[in-house]
Amino acid sequence: MMMSLSEQDHEPLVEFRDVSYAINGGRPIIDHLSFAVERGETFVLLGESGCGKTTTLKLVNRLLAPTSGEVRVEGKTTAEWDAIRLRRRTGYVIQEAGLFPHFTVEQNVALVPALEGWDEARGRERVRELLSLVGLDPERFAHRYPRELSGGQRQRVGVARALAADPPLLLMDEPFGALDPLTRSSLQKEFVELKSRLGKTVIFVTHDVREALLLGSRIALMDAGKVVLLETPNGFLKSENKLARAYLETLRSEF
Amino acid sequence: MLEFLKANWSDILAHIAQHLWLVFISIAIAVVIGLPLGVLITRRKRLRGPVLGIANVMQTIPSLALFGFLIPLPFIGGIGPRTAIVALVFYALLPIIRNTVTGILGVDRNVREAAVAMGMTDRQVLFQVELPLAMSVILTGVRVAVVITIGVAIIAAEVGAGGLGEYIFRGLRMDDNRLLLAGAVPSALMALVADFGFSLIERRFDSTNPRTRAGKPLRALAWAVLVLGVALMGYAAWRGIKSRSSSSLSHGHVTVGSKDFTESVLLAEIVAQMLEARNIEVDRRFDLGGNLAHSALVGGQIDLYPEYTGTAFTAILHHQPITDPKAVYDQVQREYSSQFNLWVSDPLGFDNTFAILVRGEDARRLNLRTVSGAATHARQWHAGFGHDFMVRPDGYAGFARAYGLQFAGTSEMALDLTYTALASHKVDLIAGNSTDGRIAALDLVQLEDDKHYFPPYEAVFIMRPTADDVVKDEYVRRRPLMDIMGRLAGAISTDEMRKLNFEVDGARRDKKVVVHEWLIKKGFIN
Repeated sequence: MMMSLSEQDHEPLVEFRDVSYAINGGRPIIDHLSFAVERGETFVLLGESGCGKTTTLKLVNRLLAPTSGEVRVEGKTTAEWDAIRLRRRTGYVIQEAGLFPHFTVEQNVALVPALEGWDEARGRERVRELLSLVGLDPERFAHRYPRELSGGQRQRVGVARALAADPPLLLMDEPFGALDPLTRSSLQKEFVELKSRLGKTVIFVTHDVREALLLGSRIALMDAGKVVLLETPNGFLKSENKLARAYLETLRSEF
Repeated sequence: MLEFLKANWSDILAHIAQHLWLVFISIAIAVVIGLPLGVLITRRKRLRGPVLGIANVMQTIPSLALFGFLIPLPFIGGIGPRTAIVALVFYALLPIIRNTVTGILGVDRNVREAAVAMGMTDRQVLFQVELPLAMSVILTGVRVAVVITIGVAIIAAEVGAGGLGEYIFRGLRMDDNRLLLAGAVPSALMALVADFGFSLIERRFDSTNPRTRAGKPLRALAWAVLVLGVALMGYAAWRGIKSRSSSSLSHGHVTVGSKDFTESVLLAEIVAQMLEARNIEVDRRFDLGGNLAHSALVGGQIDLYPEYTGTAFTAILHHQPITDPKAVYDQVQREYSSQFNLWVSDPLGFDNTFAILVRGEDARRLNLRTVSGAATHARQWHAGFGHDFMVRPDGYAGFARAYGLQFAGTSEMALDLTYTALASHKVDLIAGNSTDGRIAALDLVQLEDDKHYFPPYEAVFIMRPTADDVVKDEYVRRRPLMDIMGRLAGAISTDEMRKLNFEVDGARRDKKVVVHEWLIKKGFIN
């Protein structure tokens, strides 16, 4: 599953070019945003609620369309992409997982393969592989319903579902936000390990600076629809940016 | 009661089947219209207000009024099951549309968003996510619609669509509790069983509780109900086909209508049997309430029905009441011909005017003979009047003014119930029909209309001039209806009519038998 360096294109996987987004001519939620996400990195969007980080994420798989500017995925603008194709090539994980309550774990995970018309045996095999990958015993969990799982287990299923059709890109919107601290911490560690094994490109939204520092290869700090700082975790720690300092302050005061 | 059931069980089953059939068809149509419409207005926000508003208004239209609107309409109107089904569909739409909208909008936003983000098409989101998750709410809507429809389908009998309502209206009219129960108990049971059955199905679709499955005995019961329902519907359909296929053998086809009281049905039955004696197929569309019979005749759904000159004069032609019978008859005949292109037969011989009735014991004790004589006692009396009497131009308002009557109180109720109410001392004076058999049966006394307030109500038949043309067979008399009308002119005296009414309302005998005996006695058939 590992991607070799030679396969990587020089072109960024996701690129925002002067993107703005506003609802019905109101105040812009995204304000002239430009950045590029390289293949294989974990790009963290960090910010307070309302800063536009979730909106940014939704612009990538065209759940929203930009008001101006363009979002490019694999070199094509999202407007040029067939939205359905784009979304099936993009894993999506949200808080509370967004699992279908009327589907079993197996049906949830096999959703995109099923939509893509995989035959059933192949789909079932893929589900076992993925459940094992996210640390759930397929024998025990495949036929359960989401409500019969703990929050952490549901989130694991959510990740497995996003990975099912082996998409090159994962979008994660505060996937661990609603979990208790212990579960969150262990899932974060597993994520780092999983990430290094799979070599996926991830755009990760969080408001938790500790999570950003732990998981991100780069951190984009957002405020009022703009990226105010784009740094590696090390650079972020050393930054003189006021907002970044305020975030780091909260980290220190916790101890 | 047991004997009644033994004698009528097959008839009761047939009515239950008819009722179920009406409900089933109406709900099926309402779902086919309501579900997509509900889905549509979750997609088009701007349509939501108007669609729900219209569905809401439809449900507030009283059923009789709705039937009145529908009967003259082409395609969806007329007399019979079609009109009833259209009305039932109207009533069933609101809960189905509303719950579809509520159910779909109630689907967790996260789940919906995840579905879109997974790359599901709109159609896939709808069929694989939204509808399954909304299903238990939608089914609740269908359940409400079914229960409402079972109840409203009672009214279907008013437009000749059959069903259990026939028992209820007959029971009310004849003051016969067995008939009332034969209509009310099965329909109530039907509603309960439907309610219960749907709650089981709903539970299966409840996404918050995916592992719940109905227990074995419950499931068996649900299946049994389903099988029984299907069987009854099959029976109803079979009967329907049978009755239709037999009509092709006849020489011709005449649809006879009647209003919704015994005398009108008896008169219609007299003509029906005389036609049948001439080998003419008769379609009976009896018991049409209010002015439905008139609308049906004008709309071409029936060929003739019995009417009273006074009613035609005031309620249909909207003239002020006058008292000269000849003048009333002539003007009715003239205006029916010019306005509606309808024929009015010669008077049948009796006059069914409003009869001001009191209890026999009161009349004897107070020595009452005339309405004027009763005026002094009215202040201590409570009066009961039918809906008709309260609103018609020759009804209550003018009557009270003419005699200077003031009652301690008046109650407006179903005409049929006023007789019982009077006999059981619930009211002290009513306005009944002069030919009603219950006048003698309940020991009531008719007070003389000494100020001649009430206009004449001579019984006649109103018919479409083309009704006779349907008979094409050369071996049959060319003009059977004209012939029958000729024989019936002046043939029924007030006393005779009262006796016929009493046979049915008082002695509780079958109308067809009573009419048959009378026709033989008169020599109209052999």
